[in-house]
Amino acid sequence: MADSPSDKLAAAEFASAPILGPGYNYASVTDKISAIVLARRTPKWWIVGFLVSFALVMLLMVSVTYLVVAGVGIWGIQIPVGWGFAIINFVWWIGIGHAGTLISAILLLLRQTWRTSINRFAEAMTLFAVSCAGIFPLIHMGRPWLAYWLFPYPDTMKMWPNFRSPLVWDAFAVSTYATVSLLFWFIGLIPDLATLRDRAKNRPAKLIYGLLAMGWRGSAVHWERHETASLLLAGLATPLVLSVHTIVSFDFAFAIVPGWHATIFPPYFVAGAIYAGFAMVLTLSIPIRKLFHLEDFITMRHLDNMGKVLLATALIVGYGYMMEAFSAFYSGNQYERFMILNRMTGPYAPMYWLLIACNIVTPQFLWFRKVRAKVGALFAIAMVVNLGMWLERFVIVVTSLHRDFLPSSWGTYYPTRWDIFTFVGTIGLFLFLVFLFIRYLPLISIFEMRTLVASEEEKKAVN
Amino acid sequence: MEFMDSDRKNTGQPDVDNSALRKAASGGETPRFWRGFDELADTPEFRNHKENEFPHGANDPDAKLDRRDLLKVMAASAAFAGLSGCTKLPNQKIVPYVRQPEQIIPGKALFYATAVTLGGVATGVLVESHMARPTKIEGNPDHPGSLGATDAFSQASILGLYDPDRSQAEIHDGRIGSWAEFQEELSTALGAEKGNNGSGVRLLTPTVTSPTLGDQINTFLKAYPSAKWVQYESATRDNIREGAKLAFGEYLNTVYRMDQADVILTLDSDFLTSGPGCLRYARDFARKRRVEGPESKMNRLYAVECTPTNTGAMADHRLRMRASDIEGLARAVARELGVSTVAGPVAPPNVPAGWIPALARDLKQHPGASLIVAGDQQPPIVHALAHAINQALGNTDKTVYFTAPLEVSPANQWEGISQLAADIRARSVTTLLILGCNPVYDAPVDLGFKEILPKVAFSARLGLSEDETSALCHWHIPQAHELESWGDARGYDGTASVIQPLIAPLYGGKSEVDFLAVINGQSAKPSHDFVHDYWQAQRAGVERFDVFWEKTLRDGVVDGTALPPKQVSLKPGIGAEPPATEAQGLEIVFRPDHTIWDGRFSNNGWLQELPKPLTLLTWDSVAMVSPKTAQRLGGSSRPADYLKSEDAVELKYKGRTIVAPVWVMPGHADESVTVFLGYGRRRSGRVGTGAGFDAGWIRPLATPWIGTGLEIRKTGDRWALATTQTQSTMEGREPIRIATLDEYLKNPKFAQAEAEENPLSLYPEVKYEGNQWGMAIDLNACTGCGGCVVACQAENNIAVVGKKEVMIGRHMHWIRIDRYYEGGVDDPSTYHEPVLCMHCENAPCEVVCPVAATVHSPEGLNEMVYNRCVGTRYCSNNCPYKVRRFNFYLYSDWDTPSLFGMRNPNVSVRSRGVMEKCSYCVQRINAVKIDAERQDRPIRDGEIVTACQQSCPSEAIVFGNINDPDSRVSKLKAMNRNYKLLEELNTRPRTTYLAKLRNPNPEIEKTPAV
Repeated sequence: MADSPSDKLAAAEFASAPILGPGYNYASVTDKISAIVLARRTPKWWIVGFLVSFALVMLLMVSVTYLVVAGVGIWGIQIPVGWGFAIINFVWWIGIGHAGTLISAILLLLRQTWRTSINRFAEAMTLFAVSCAGIFPLIHMGRPWLAYWLFPYPDTMKMWPNFRSPLVWDAFAVSTYATVSLLFWFIGLIPDLATLRDRAKNRPAKLIYGLLAMGWRGSAVHWERHETASLLLAGLATPLVLSVHTIVSFDFAFAIVPGWHATIFPPYFVAGAIYAGFAMVLTLSIPIRKLFHLEDFITMRHLDNMGKVLLATALIVGYGYMMEAFSAFYSGNQYERFMILNRMTGPYAPMYWLLIACNIVTPQFLWFRKVRAKVGALFAIAMVVNLGMWLERFVIVVTSLHRDFLPSSWGTYYPTRWDIFTFVGTIGLFLFLVFLFIRYLPLISIFEMRTLVASEEEKKAVN
Repeated sequence: MEFMDSDRKNTGQPDVDNSALRKAASGGETPRFWRGFDELADTPEFRNHKENEFPHGANDPDAKLDRRDLLKVMAASAAFAGLSGCTKLPNQKIVPYVRQPEQIIPGKALFYATAVTLGGVATGVLVESHMARPTKIEGNPDHPGSLGATDAFSQASILGLYDPDRSQAEIHDGRIGSWAEFQEELSTALGAEKGNNGSGVRLLTPTVTSPTLGDQINTFLKAYPSAKWVQYESATRDNIREGAKLAFGEYLNTVYRMDQADVILTLDSDFLTSGPGCLRYARDFARKRRVEGPESKMNRLYAVECTPTNTGAMADHRLRMRASDIEGLARAVARELGVSTVAGPVAPPNVPAGWIPALARDLKQHPGASLIVAGDQQPPIVHALAHAINQALGNTDKTVYFTAPLEVSPANQWEGISQLAADIRARSVTTLLILGCNPVYDAPVDLGFKEILPKVAFSARLGLSEDETSALCHWHIPQAHELESWGDARGYDGTASVIQPLIAPLYGGKSEVDFLAVINGQSAKPSHDFVHDYWQAQRAGVERFDVFWEKTLRDGVVDGTALPPKQVSLKPGIGAEPPATEAQGLEIVFRPDHTIWDGRFSNNGWLQELPKPLTLLTWDSVAMVSPKTAQRLGGSSRPADYLKSEDAVELKYKGRTIVAPVWVMPGHADESVTVFLGYGRRRSGRVGTGAGFDAGWIRPLATPWIGTGLEIRKTGDRWALATTQTQSTMEGREPIRIATLDEYLKNPKFAQAEAEENPLSLYPEVKYEGNQWGMAIDLNACTGCGGCVVACQAENNIAVVGKKEVMIGRHMHWIRIDRYYEGGVDDPSTYHEPVLCMHCENAPCEVVCPVAATVHSPEGLNEMVYNRCVGTRYCSNNCPYKVRRFNFYLYSDWDTPSLFGMRNPNVSVRSRGVMEKCSYCVQRINAVKIDAERQDRPIRDGEIVTACQQSCPSEAIVFGNINDPDSRVSKLKAMNRNYKLLEELNTRPRTTYLAKLRNPNPEIEKTPAV
């Protein structure tokens, strides 16, 4: 990634670096962002990317169809490793889906204005990641067509789900999170949809944006209600950020399997989720700002801040790994001790050490301002963290299960091609949705950027 | 279901008020039993239609059972068995009975006594029959060779009956023929032989102990005095016969009295799990090891063996040794015990110093209560030496006795088959009639049966499937399965059983008796009458033979047929000739396979998938070598070059080579390689064809069991094997707790050292009123034979998954036999542990199931609700015992019609995507509960018997009500050997174990290993 002019600011200026490039007014902000959507010519890179991701979506379709026809036996799961790629991918995607809500809700409540230019697509990314995640608990079931049995619906047999099972909590947590995230995102989109409706040149666009804008006229009452709704939803979403991954971690922590049964799991999973989420935001925002020339909106200040968040969460996650190993040894429990030794030296040891290299060692470079100032380095580190977080889930799921209590039942898990196809397929689905989003919806919040312009002008006026 | 309730044990004809059926059953040419309530009209048109409907070979998977049979079986199972609705069922109209036959009650089983044979020797069984379909085999408690127990072979014979690959039509030179046509051709062929007294006629049969069949054969031989009868089985017991002849000058049957033996020495014998009488021996042996308190005594077992066996694993002292060195050891022991004439070197190599004298002292201290058992593969001289030692110890007629042979006409089978081959080569055989044997596959390879069989002018074979031999015979006649035939056979002690059919032949097969009847020109006489008439002649003095006959059929044994002990006198000078000097070089040992025997069970999926004890391998045979030998054969000192399990190697022996996978076997003798018969079948069926390698290809006439001069060459290829257990050591976790008898007496609570008295729970204790089920498994008794695994599979409709799925780790057995090694890889101790669902009180699986598909019953069972299961597999992940099994694919066969009849109608056939596991045979519990309720009485202790418990020969498994302090299971659980598996997890399992005890000889235990 070549550095753009604004990247070349001296490192020392970062702290005070602008969150909006100089020389923008209301009109130019609006023009710049809405032009991406309303431009008649579709960029070539977009078409290529869209087609590639579409092909991967087809791969996902084929994989899932075959899965439903043949059964989960097409995957590498077995006894004792009853969960494999599906659950690993589920936890990975759910983790990624944390950053969006965190940025929009928690940073909104904390009045962090730098979040403005990244919150929209971070939220979108959250939704897409949760969509990808949601596929897995469904299809990993032996009989996915009966998935609705996990919900307490009124049926004639008076049969309710087992409320003691973390999987039921999971079903609630994930579906609630997905719903609130969608609402939050859509409410935030409404003023911008109205802008697009007003600026659209052709009839279908006017119609579709018009319908989605739900009659937004920009009156003071509208703004007032919009503001209230956003704050309320932010308040609702904030605990969800913490609860979703806490509950996902319960899937493991409530089991008695050594390597799963650990009290540290909830905070450690939440930190890991934020870590993974920010890594994914960086992974997406760096190419996007380059391709759409949005360096003035997503500035080095943003990237620098995200790098810092990444480093902070990496340290929390590292602490989690340490405590996991420590408590295994300190417990004196032979199964726990064996589990951690097996992780470090057993058949899956390369995965464990690669995980440590990705998640603990690599982010240490972010201590250096110079590294954070290099867009290419940030992108590379973010990619490494994405991989590392996937490995973390692999290590938790597979290495814990494959050698549990009775040595007679120990086994080895190998993924099959269908495991890989399904995983790659969801990456395809994610990118497919991202491509659609950046082309047809404003990927940066126009109205919030306008308030930024206002506040910048206020600052000037004060000076 | 009523188990072992003699009122329900029926005679051959069910008490059905159906005179037409009775008539057909006893009078017709083909006995038609309760298959054909509405199909008694067997016309030639129907037969022709049937014969033309299926092409030659009938390998089309859709043509396994003729349509009419299918219709009835389906109607029966669908209408009455209550199969669940959401599955593929044929769309056919079902007509109910107009008059319900008495006793045939849907869901209620009837039991009939009969017998199944292996190597000609009968094991008495009771066959469970649902709606006239045999569905399960149980041991016959009245039969001395069973006492209610069964082995894996007899359990699996039910699948053999319904095997969709059984032959379904007479084949004449590759085309469909007919029975009538065959009879015509046969009488022409025999007619031509009549002139020269049948000198060109040969009859080839397996070992025959059947008095009726023997009588028929003798009739035939009288009519054709120059004809010859050859008996042959590749897993022949020639060595035992010849050993007796060497020692006593005549063929004899040896019977052991394990209940009398306090010190036992085996010479390469696996008497606990293989050979005639093994079920009985295992039971008597285990009873001598029941340690209930400090006053209890234990027997002591010394095993000297080459290939690790279950018996060796049970031994208190196991000495590994090349199979060809065992003769030397036998000689040394004999000399030590004063059998004066024995020649030979002082002691065989690799015996720890002091071992033999200590053993001899121990034996000497137990005169009349000790026993030497020689193995089937050991040469006759070892058997003769064993007889001589037993004689010297005064054991004869105490721990061992001899009877007249079981066989109608005992013969040296290897000599017989080689003479037959020579005759064929000399063109002096013109008519060859084969009953069941498969010499093209299993005759000694240098006889070249494949080449010479076509030289016979007229050859016919009666066989269950159209296999290698059938393909080269002019005629193939489908054989009726034992469960479809009339016949009889002798048990290990000579007790005769009448074999009665449970169902009319599914594919119109002919029994051996039918076949002989045709040969003797008596085709009009039904096979039932031959058996009946034979025994009537034998019981001429009986006043009312019909009463006797009914009783015989009901009991499953013919009264008073056990052969009486015979006075024998040892020939002088046994072992006086010095042993032949052994050819040096790598040794090769052939053994019948533990699960598919000599190959006859190769198309039986249950047996193919039954993990072989000790290796826990399925679907394959291997070439076993010891770790040290594997190292040496690697050819260099680099560990990377050592032979490893799953390396494909070329075995070269006596000029023939075959490629085989290596299995590095802890405890195997060094410088020896064991290979197993029965695999590498070319024409077996969809299950058996192509599995494994054919060890028979390098098994020449000269060395049927043990030879030297094997060469091994690495091919560099890999041969993937499917084993169900990859980790062999206990990793310090003590799933099996072991002590010596002395240690136990010093510290009787050793097994419970870490037990907490009142484990914590957040939930209030559940109070169980009435019954509360539990199980205790005595590890001191379990021999690891695997009979329970197949029994469970048959009882609970458990699917077979195939080699690939086993390799991934997806086998479906509800009960498994874990095997652990302790000690070094060269000579470890081996322990077995059956593991099934523990039915935990605090079951980890129940909490995590999101849809409450696995729940606790009011009687403490952990129940699995298949209909509710959505298949998250969370329960399995959280099960510390890993006893849950998941249907990753649609493993149950929903398409093969012949298999529908086999299933237990009281157990759901599972579909794809659901979890399953041991239910403590809840269907059996409920059947007994219903009966008890109707009779307004409490359930008696021992009335409910789980399938695994029922089959167990050593009575290791006990099930019952743990709320009743007087029940057998409660008493076992109260013993101080009782412990819970993974007790520290506070799952509070209902299945508990009794710790294993060893009874080593203190003199040897101290001796350092060489």
